[in-house]
Parts: sequence; structure tokens; C-alpha cells
Amino acid sequence: MNRFSAICALVMAAVLAVMVGNACAGAPPQAGGTLPDFELAVPQDTAARNYLGLSRGLPFMGKGTFKVTQIKADVVILEIFSMYCPHCQAEAPTVNALYEKIEKTVSLRGKIKIIGIGAGNNAYEVDTFRKKYQIPFPLFDDGDFVLHKKFGEVRTPYFIVLRNYPNGSYRIVYSKLGAFGNADSFLNLVIKLTGI
Amino acid sequence: MAKYFRSVAAFFMAAALFLLSGPAAYCLSDAFKDNVYDRGSMKPVDSVLKVKVGDPAPDFTLRSLSGELVSLSDYRGKKNVMLSFIPAAWTPVCSDQWPGYNIVKDIFDSNDAILLGISVDNIPTLYSWTNQMGQLWFPVLSDFYPHGEVASRFGILRSEGIAERAVFIIDKQGIIRYIHVKDINQRPPLEVLVRELEKLQQPPAGGLK
Repeated sequence: MNRFSAICALVMAAVLAVMVGNACAGAPPQAGGTLPDFELAVPQDTAARNYLGLSRGLPFMGKGTFKVTQIKADVVILEIFSMYCPHCQAEAPTVNALYEKIEKTVSLRGKIKIIGIGAGNNAYEVDTFRKKYQIPFPLFDDGDFVLHKKFGEVRTPYFIVLRNYPNGSYRIVYSKLGAFGNADSFLNLVIKLTGI
Repeated sequence: MAKYFRSVAAFFMAAALFLLSGPAAYCLSDAFKDNVYDRGSMKPVDSVLKVKVGDPAPDFTLRSLSGELVSLSDYRGKKNVMLSFIPAAWTPVCSDQWPGYNIVKDIFDSNDAILLGISVDNIPTLYSWTNQMGQLWFPVLSDFYPHGEVASRFGILRSEGIAERAVFIIDKQGIIRYIHVKDINQRPPLEVLVRELEKLQQPPAGGLK
């Protein structure tokens, strides 16, 4: 194969990869459905790593990323947000209140964890949102919309609740656009839906 | 065979260019529901700047949403000014730009700066649109009539009558210290704007003119 053919082959491979990637930018995950295939960067902050239970064990030694199913929790609440989104800004104190309720309830602490993904927000923008609203749970940046695309380019805020099982499997029990409104009633709903 | 292969390769190369220049990614707040009009990806820049860094900023007077007239010269000697031109109300990237600036007033305050949001839309449209953003702390100005005159004076009025997604940072002496006109499809990264605002605390390179 001459050099031109080799270049053409590379371009073809790139095109196919983009086509496949675009095809995968599908619909938002549904309750009872599956999550898109993605990994998040293991936080550099020790407290965030400890909260997610990523500090111990072989799976994370020298590894820079993790899957949400690897979070040490029975239930994971994932919020897709943006610091530029007025409803996310308005919802931030309520999500913080939800976190506080979970952490202050002995029977729930450690069982339910919350994380946020900043759609189209780079690390600086995520950090700005974190500082502004004093977000106590880990936030992850998605400046290039890579994850946002995988989640079907949902509007924000968008909440997904995941029930993790010890064997590594999971079940999506909640996947909805929009603010959840009241921390108490949402927590009760999460408990009911996940059966914890 | 080689000719056939080259034709196929040319097709894929064209496809690659098309796909890689595909629609701009954006994220939209639920605040705007289904009311945002997505025009798809646009030509990144469609105008020619008439000002440059170091030039005195052209003065202007525009009506704000609150009804008062606001002039750039009102801030001369008092405040640094960041002008944020957005292309149009009720469009994807614009709708999620000013709400972000709305939560960083402290950054503007600490750099002794004011933000002026400017759009070529009329006041009623801007009123309805910005109502979805919560209470904005900065003035929103309408450059509607004569249409886009201020945008035109800065050289950022596009051929279809909307402005570029442009930022001008102007110091207290009325001198343009930073210009961001790169791609209408993308929001300027916040940290770039913050860095440029922070630079205003230092004298301009080459000293004051």
C-alpha cells in the first residue's frame, strides 16, 4: 500500500469513527434502561475520593477514571447541570439540602451518593459553580459536551437515580428533566424507587 | 482499481470535513423550555472588526430594559466595562451565556468592572427572554433601532443583521483592552474573560497613551 492509500485508509477510519460516535449520541437514558458507556476522572480531592469510595482497592490503583457503578453506594444520584443554567442555579440549594439530609440520616449516610456533571462547563466553570453554591458533593467537568452528547443532549438540570447492586449490575429507577422541587419528598421517592 | 479507491477516499474525505464541521454542541437550561429556536451551526465570523485593542472605544447611548438611557461614557473614569454582545434572544448558546455572568458579580466587583449586555433585539423581546434568567444584576441594552448601529460601529454586525458573539473589555480611560470575536457558535470560556478583567488592574502593555 503506498503512502496515499495509507492516508486514505486513516481518513476512512476517522470518518467511520465519527459516524459511529454520532450514531451513539442518542436519547436520554430511561428508567429501567441502560446508561451510556462513560467514565469519569477520579477526583484529585481526597475528600471527594473518599466520599465516592474510590480511595481503596485494586480497581483504582494507578487508574485515572471510574464508572458510576464503581461508586461505593447503593444509590447514586447523578445531576447533569450547567453553571450557565438559571434553573440549575435556583436548584443548587435544594440539591445541597438533599445532600445534607442524606449525610445527617444515619440509615442513609454512605448508602446514597450524589455527583454532578457540568454539561459544556470546563473545570474553571464547574469550580465557579461549586464555590458560588458551596456544593459539597463531587462535580465533574464536561467542557467539550462529550458526556452531554452521550446522555442525549438533555436540557438542564436533569436527574438520574441509579440503584447499584453488589454484583456490579445496576438499575436506573429515575431519569427526568427538571428540578425535583422538595428535598424531603424527592428523598422519599428515591428510597421508595430503590427499595433501600 | 486505484482510481475507484481514490474516488471512495475523496467521498470519505468530504464526509469527514462535513461531519467535523457539524452542528455546534450546546446545552440548554430547562428555563427556556421548548421556546428556543435552533438555527444550527453558523459561519463562525461574518463581519470585519472596525476597532482594535488600544483604540478608544466608540461611545454609544442605548436604552436599557429598565427604560433608562445608558452611555458607555457614563463609566469613564469610574468603572471598567465589559460589553457582551450576543447574536439574538431565544437562541441556544445565547440563552446560556448571561445567566452564567449573573452568578459572578463578585468577580466584576473585585475588578471594578461593570457588565453591559447588548443585543440587536427590541426591548419587548429582551424583556421576555431575560425574564427566564432570573434577576440580572447588569444592564441589558437594546441595539434594535437604528438596527445594530452600535454593533456596526464596532464592526461586529453580521450580514444577516445579528451581532457576533463578541466581548470587548474597556478600561476606565475608555480604551479597548481586549476583544473576543472568535466563533458565534461557542461561548467564550469564562476564565479567559476573568483573566482579562484581572489584567485591568495593571497598566496596559507599553504604558498609557
